[in-house]
Amino acid sequence: MLGFILKRLGLALLVALTVSFISFSLLYLSGDPATAIAGESANAQDVQAIRELYGFDRPMLVQYFDWLWNALRFDFGQSYYFKLPVADLIADRLGVTMRLGLAAISFALIVAIPLGVVAAMRPNSLIDKLALFLSVAGQAMPSFWFALVLISVFSIKLGLVPASGSTSWRHFILPTVVLGYYAMPAIMRLTRAGMLEVLSSDYIRTARAKGASEGRVMFRHALRNAIIPVVSLAAVQMGFMLGGSIVVESIFALHGAGFLAWESISRNDLPTVQALILVFSMFYIVFTLLADIVNAWLDPRMRAA
Amino acid sequence: MSEPILKVRDLRLDIPVPAGTLHAVRGIDFDVAPGETLCIVGESGSGKSLTSLAVMGLLGSAIRRSAAELSFDGIDLQKASRRQMRALRGNRMAMIFQEPMTSLNPAYTIGDQLAEALRLHRPISKGDALKRAADLLRLVGITAAESRLRQFPHQLSGGLRQRVMIAMALICEPDLLIADEPTTALDVTIQAQILRLLVDLREKLGMALILITHDLGVVGRVADKVAVMYAGELVETGPAEQIFRNPAHPYTRGLLDCIPVPGRITRGQRLGTIPGIVPSLIGRQAGCIFRDRCPEAIPACTGDIPLRELARGHRLRCIHPQGRRIAEEISA
Ligand SMILES: Nc1ncnc2c1ncn2[C@@H]1O[C@H](COP(=O)(O)OP(=O)(O)O)[C@@H](O)[C@H]1O
Ligand code: SF4
Ligand SMILES: [Mg+2]
Repeated sequence: MLGFILKRLGLALLVALTVSFISFSLLYLSGDPATAIAGESANAQDVQAIRELYGFDRPMLVQYFDWLWNALRFDFGQSYYFKLPVADLIADRLGVTMRLGLAAISFALIVAIPLGVVAAMRPNSLIDKLALFLSVAGQAMPSFWFALVLISVFSIKLGLVPASGSTSWRHFILPTVVLGYYAMPAIMRLTRAGMLEVLSSDYIRTARAKGASEGRVMFRHALRNAIIPVVSLAAVQMGFMLGGSIVVESIFALHGAGFLAWESISRNDLPTVQALILVFSMFYIVFTLLADIVNAWLDPRMRAA
Repeated sequence: MSEPILKVRDLRLDIPVPAGTLHAVRGIDFDVAPGETLCIVGESGSGKSLTSLAVMGLLGSAIRRSAAELSFDGIDLQKASRRQMRALRGNRMAMIFQEPMTSLNPAYTIGDQLAEALRLHRPISKGDALKRAADLLRLVGITAAESRLRQFPHQLSGGLRQRVMIAMALICEPDLLIADEPTTALDVTIQAQILRLLVDLREKLGMALILITHDLGVVGRVADKVAVMYAGELVETGPAEQIFRNPAHPYTRGLLDCIPVPGRITRGQRLGTIPGIVPSLIGRQAGCIFRDRCPEAIPACTGDIPLRELARGHRLRCIHPQGRRIAEEISA
């Protein structure tokens, strides 16, 4: 098991290094960074001064290692727009996004897994069809529209929950539902498909032949095996949620990292964008690693891999 | 012989399919008593697995089961609640399957799975259950039992997994063990070992054994009673020596002709290679189900053919009063 974890850890580091290089290169892919900082009205002299000030005149590889070294110490430089350290900006915003992401994935898992299990236990029943409908609707409906529907019903008409802001847990209810709802269909369908496959397997028949109760068969014997691919999927979705909460954060005026990313992209604030890409990617890598470890614990055959 | 522990009378299994109803199993009668071995033989698809799953109450909800009698130690299995069935399964009646490679849960250790089988029916601690699990592994001939308990199924060979399945089935000391082609998926050398083991254990534990097999050589060695199935029907049943000495049904004789017997020149076909195909079992059947392949069919075989008693315990589903010998006399 330890060998397996070390192997995966090494792989994760390699991926992280690659991602860091890509996000660093972004600075150059989008044109001359000195010109971008200096602004449109600057003359050639100013641009040159900025180039030297920021060290853009050095070889690219040197700049990369310099940047990476700083990034390792959580120093991502100054935001072009806010004129503040990028690290402080992100630290300030990440809490909201993390809270939203964790709440949303938990919500999605708590609803989608039981729904998938029930759908698999009674295929083609009413509840199975309802679950299918929910998942089709979930994929067809744009999240901004769903968010607006929820706001108009639960905030405006019924006045149950606030529509915007991030000051209390109640502010997170609607954004959690919207963001989590997006992840539900895939989790539900993967759970259902996995359960259907596992339930027709020989070891489930063995469990019944031993005299195990239906609940025990479903959860201890079937779900334990069916959940394995769902863990990986949930990790991927959690990664998407952190980066992809841009729409949800802006609709609900949650000033999280997603919102910051949106602002920074539109303002050409490259150090911030760079750092956000790196941070989101690192989370993504960490979640995938965690998923691998959980899976190795769930599935003994994987530990040897 | 003591009272039968399992009694099956006129068992039928119907499966609704798009084209109508598949009458997969019809008119199955048999008994097994404690300490007795009943072998069920028949080519694949003849309903042997369905029949044993029906006894265990392990058929899916899509399959309709009915019987004139289906009782285990006096308990009417048709009236038993789910809870009563659960209390019997794995405890007083146990089953092992044809597919040892896939019949154990890949997520749990051998020890966990053996202990679970015991703890579902006995109030006993996990530690004590594991001790008993190790005893059972030794009983089925597994060495280094303690370390095997900590292994996962994928670390064991097919033969070992089948031994584990046998240990698991026996851990509550059942009165009845059903072994559904327990050796078909194994290497030939392992097959003999596993069979020997099952027979030894049946003697040692005094339980009733239903052994489903393709292998008539095995039947000859271990069976007290034989039930021959064809296309979902019981065509002949009786004491083993009777069936081997006096096979009455043309299908049984076809099967027996397939095994080489010393001193007999006829080299028969292998089991399942009697010419012809099994008719569809969808919709109502009329007449003898074997008549398309039967060398002794007569026009009257299209009528109803009930199961008749030829001699004590020897029963037959064929129109000819005493099987072939009489049939030969008639045609002579
Ligand atoms: N769930 C099912 N649905 C439809 N047909 C089935 C089902 N289970 C078994 N059968 C059919 O019933 C017949 C008997 O199957 P089985 O009991 O497995 O035979 P055996 O064990 O003798 O090889 C086969 O023809 C099989 O195709
Ligand atoms: S009833 Fe007729 S067709 Fe059927 S086995 Fe006997 S002789 Fe053959
Ligand atoms: Mg079978």
